[in-house]
Amino acid sequence: MKTFAELGFRGRLIAVEGLDGSGKSTQIYLLKRWLEMQRVKVFFTEWNSSELVKSATSKGKKRELLTPTTFSLIHATDFADRYERQLVPLLRAGYIVLCDRYIFTAFARDVVRGCPPDWVRGIYNFAALPDLTFFFKASLDVSLSRILDGRPQLKFFEAGMDLDLSRDPEESFRIFQGRILEQYLALSAEFKFHVLDANQKVETQQLIVRKLVAERVDLAKFLFAQV
Amino acid sequence: MPSTRSRSAVSSIHKKRVLPGQIIVPKSAPKRFYGHGLPGVDAENLAGTLVVVEGADGSGRSTQLVRLVEWLEASGHATVQVGLKRSTLVSEELDKAKQGNILSRTTLSLFYATDFADQIENTILPALRAGFVVLADRYIYTLMVRDLVRGMDEDWLRNLYAMALIPDAVFYLNVSPEHLIQRNFAKDFALDYWESGMDLGLSRDMFDSFIKYQSLVEAQFKRLQKDYGFTIVDGNRPADEINEELRRKIALVLAGKQ
Repeated sequence: MKTFAELGFRGRLIAVEGLDGSGKSTQIYLLKRWLEMQRVKVFFTEWNSSELVKSATSKGKKRELLTPTTFSLIHATDFADRYERQLVPLLRAGYIVLCDRYIFTAFARDVVRGCPPDWVRGIYNFAALPDLTFFFKASLDVSLSRILDGRPQLKFFEAGMDLDLSRDPEESFRIFQGRILEQYLALSAEFKFHVLDANQKVETQQLIVRKLVAERVDLAKFLFAQV
Repeated sequence: MPSTRSRSAVSSIHKKRVLPGQIIVPKSAPKRFYGHGLPGVDAENLAGTLVVVEGADGSGRSTQLVRLVEWLEASGHATVQVGLKRSTLVSEELDKAKQGNILSRTTLSLFYATDFADQIENTILPALRAGFVVLADRYIYTLMVRDLVRGMDEDWLRNLYAMALIPDAVFYLNVSPEHLIQRNFAKDFALDYWESGMDLGLSRDMFDSFIKYQSLVEAQFKRLQKDYGFTIVDGNRPADEINEELRRKIALVLAGKQ
C-alpha cells in the first residue's frame, strides 16, 4: 500500500483516528480552520457521511438490522462513495483532504466485531494510505466520560451492544472501546501513526498538530490561485 | 463443490401425480463457505438446500423458478425465494442509486455486496437452518461477472464474496445474446440500460451494446464456471424441456446423489 504522495497525487490526505470521545474531531476542525485562514485548498470529510448510503445505514442502525458483516460492508460502501466521487478527484486537483476517520477505523472496529482482518483489509485495498495519520490516544475513562457527558444515552452499535459483551450499555461500551483501542495500538506501529496524548489540553494538542502538518506538508504549494 | 455438467440427452419424464409416499426427505450435505464465512455463523447445522439459478434478463429465470417452486411444494418441500436487490437494508437505496446512475463502480459493487450479505444472514441462513429449500434468483456469480466485465479486480471480488455460502447446486441458463434480445422485445419491446451495458460505452447503439455486453457476460460466466463448477443449462430450448432437466438435477441433489 502506498500513500497519495507516493502515488504521485498533487494533493495530500491527512487523517485523524481515535476512540469516540478522544477529541479528534475538535482537533481536525481546528486544523481545518487554520488551513482555511491561510487560503489553503482544503476539504473536510467524515466517516459515514455519504448522502445516499447514510439513509440505509441509519435505517440499519435504528432497527438494529446490522450484523458484523453488513455493518462492515455498508461502511465500506459509504467510504467507497466518498473516495471515488470526492477524495480522488480533489486529491488529483491538489487539495489537502482532511478525514475524520479513515480505513483504520474499519480495520479496528470490524475486526473487534469478528470480521476476519484479511477480509476487511482486502475490501479496502482500493484506497491509498494517508500522507499523515494522527492517532489521538485518550484513556478509556476520559473517552467514556466525554461521550456520556455529551448525550443522555449510548447508542446501540456505538456501545457495541450487538456483541453481547454486557447488558449494561456503559459496561459494554467500556469493553468494546477497550478492544478497539488494542487494535488501534497494533495498527499504530504498522501504519506509522503519529500518536498524540489526547489527555492534554486542546491547545497543546493543536500546537503539535499544526507544527507537524507544516513540517510535513509544504503548504505554500496548496494555496488558492490569487485572483 | 461437485461438478454437475449438463448432459445433452434429455430423458422424458412424464408428469405424474405426486403420491404421499413419494416425498423425498432430503439428505443434506454439509455446508461450507467459499472462504472464512460469516462471523458467528456455523455452517454445519444448516439442514436445508440452497439452489441457485443464474442467467441474464430474458433467459427464462423467473419462469423456471415459478415452476420449480410449484414442483417443490407439490413434492412436500418448504421453499423460500431470494434474489438480488431484495434486502430490507439497502434495496431502496440501491434502486435510487441505479436510477440516477450516480455511484461509481466500487461503491455500487459494495452496495450490492451489502444487499447480498443482508439476505444471506437474515433470510437464507434462517431458512436453511429451518430445513427449507432456498431458491436464489441469481447469486454472487452475476455480481462478480458484472464487475469483471467492468474491469474490476478479480482477487478483490473473490475476497469480498468469501463470505458467501457454497450452494448445493447452481444452474446457469445460457442463452445466446440474439435469443435474449428477441425475448426481451417479446416481453416489453425494450432493452434495459444496465442489461445492455450502456454504462460501459461499448456502443451508442443500444442494440449493438446489448449484443456486445451480453457476449462479454457470457464469456465471464463460462470462465467462472471452471472454478465454481456450476451447471451450464442450454437456455435456448423450450421452457418445458429446461424445467425437466432442472427438476431431474435438483431431485438428485435432494436425494444426496450429487
